[in-house]
Amino acid sequence: MAAYFASLNPVALWNAAPGGIAQGLIWGIMALGVYMTFRILNFADMTVDGSFALGGAIAVMLMLKGVNPEIVLVVSFLAGLGAGFITGFLHTMLGIPDILAGILTQISLYSINLNIMGKANQAVPVGQVRVFFTSNIRYLGQTIALTLVVDVILIAIFYWFLGTENGSAIRATGINAHMSRAQGINTNRMKVEALMVGNALVSLSGGILAEYQGFADVKMGQGSIVIGLAAVIIGEVLAQLVAGKRLNFILRLSFTVIGAIVYYMVYVFVLWLKFPADDMKLLTAIVVAIFLAVPYFQEQKTSSFHGLKRRNAKLREAMRKAAEGDDVINDTAAEDERQEQTTETGKEAD
Amino acid sequence: MLELRHIYKTFNPGTINEKKALVDVNLTLEDGDFCTVIGGNGAGKSTIMNAIAGVWPLDSGMILVDGVDISGLSEYQRAPFFGRVFQDPMTGTAADMQIDENMALAARRGQKRGFRWGCTARERQTYRAMLSRLDLGLEDRLTAKVGLLSGGQRQALTLIMATMKKPKVLLLDEHTAALDPKTASKVLQATDQIVTENNLTTLMVTHNMRDAIAHGNRLIMLDSGHIIYDVRGEEKKKLTVEDLLKKFEEVSGGAFANDRMILSK
Repeated sequence: MAAYFASLNPVALWNAAPGGIAQGLIWGIMALGVYMTFRILNFADMTVDGSFALGGAIAVMLMLKGVNPEIVLVVSFLAGLGAGFITGFLHTMLGIPDILAGILTQISLYSINLNIMGKANQAVPVGQVRVFFTSNIRYLGQTIALTLVVDVILIAIFYWFLGTENGSAIRATGINAHMSRAQGINTNRMKVEALMVGNALVSLSGGILAEYQGFADVKMGQGSIVIGLAAVIIGEVLAQLVAGKRLNFILRLSFTVIGAIVYYMVYVFVLWLKFPADDMKLLTAIVVAIFLAVPYFQEQKTSSFHGLKRRNAKLREAMRKAAEGDDVINDTAAEDERQEQTTETGKEAD
Repeated sequence: MLELRHIYKTFNPGTINEKKALVDVNLTLEDGDFCTVIGGNGAGKSTIMNAIAGVWPLDSGMILVDGVDISGLSEYQRAPFFGRVFQDPMTGTAADMQIDENMALAARRGQKRGFRWGCTARERQTYRAMLSRLDLGLEDRLTAKVGLLSGGQRQALTLIMATMKKPKVLLLDEHTAALDPKTASKVLQATDQIVTENNLTTLMVTHNMRDAIAHGNRLIMLDSGHIIYDVRGEEKKKLTVEDLLKKFEEVSGGAFANDRMILSK
């Protein structure tokens, strides 16, 4: 045990932290996309596993062709719009339930991504292509700054979009579709729009990650929905803790990105503890489960059948004391009181 | 003017649960008519509302608004013609949005929803004025989530939302049924006021016969998908609950089996 702790190197953790922050900022964009479908539209969209890898695959292949990095990311974004449209089409036009519609698109994207890349993974030769985002330690500071700027801009656009007439209609659709139709909102169109925007953000995030790590893998999106949800949920729990009642929409969005950063910092920390990388998916599930359980337990504290026992303990104690008091000390007094009461009620009855 | 012509609707056709909900229903509402609709459970009261609003397509028949057939339009496409208030207070508003945001959604009914701001400061002033007339204290809570409001407050808000953009017809589907008697009468009062002020054409379903008699200038009674009684003007003013019960037994050829209607006298 001592040997294990001795082998942990604090400097290594310090060195790994910026990488965690950068990854968190990149995944934060993906989490914003998940926030759009999962929270705003109330739609469990499984497409994201496919659209994340789609963004990465397209980015790498275009970079290999020597396309400008800014155009690469625009194309990633557009491809995500397309992926979201397919899921929306399956759901609204063909009547396929939400989860299934997303899974169908996701599974089809696996083949599409393989076709795009020609094989399971493609790497960009280091130093031969110009990129904005890189995990190269020398430019990591710049990458973090740039990703932060991108995140802030995206949050601002996201906030503006949901504040517009169109965005309000999307929010209303997610909350109460019946009422939305009664107010003349084409709920099907709103669902498709939200799925498109959500998946576009996810795909953009995949593209940036591919630039950052210098390669794309057909499996890079696997389980990303869980990471996205983890970020959203961690963000919500933290936002509630930090802002409480002053929580507004822009803070919610910001905390979604912060949630992603926290998730990756935990990830880095656990890797530093020398957890085998194979166990990371297990870890993700545990982290998500913990953060999902926190609000539940908080509520249980004040309202649950089980908690009632504890809440009643005081009451029971007081009752017991009162009963004992009656029996031993105030026996006669209590008797008098009772008699008094009977006479009083008797008088009232008269 | 709203016209229903030969409207048929059968639910679950060809199955053991087949239910002929509307059978050859014909109805013409003149501009400014305030028509109340009564009938027992399963008579087709809510079905007629949903048919007009376009919740599902008709089996056959036409619905004309000012002479234009709208029966081929879907629910959201028809929304500009109708203001709707539902039985369940949860249905008419978006719980997780603010009062002003809900009203802004309603203010844009029938308009293109583009990329202008969804709820402007100027609008908020007019909303505040509208709400202050309800006298429910909502004007000071414009930015509160609608989910925090009581059932009565939500129905009142839904009523405002249904009428702030003048509809061709106001559809009230038992909008006070889920409220306690005191709140229900308050909401009904507000309904009368809004309908009169804006001279709205209104169709109001109710379980309460007294309300059906007290409000509006016309009353229709439904039974098994048929309009079995249609009374208006002076004749309606003279109606009593006993008249209605008698009428019902007479036309439907059976005792009035709906306790809820009798109890709600």
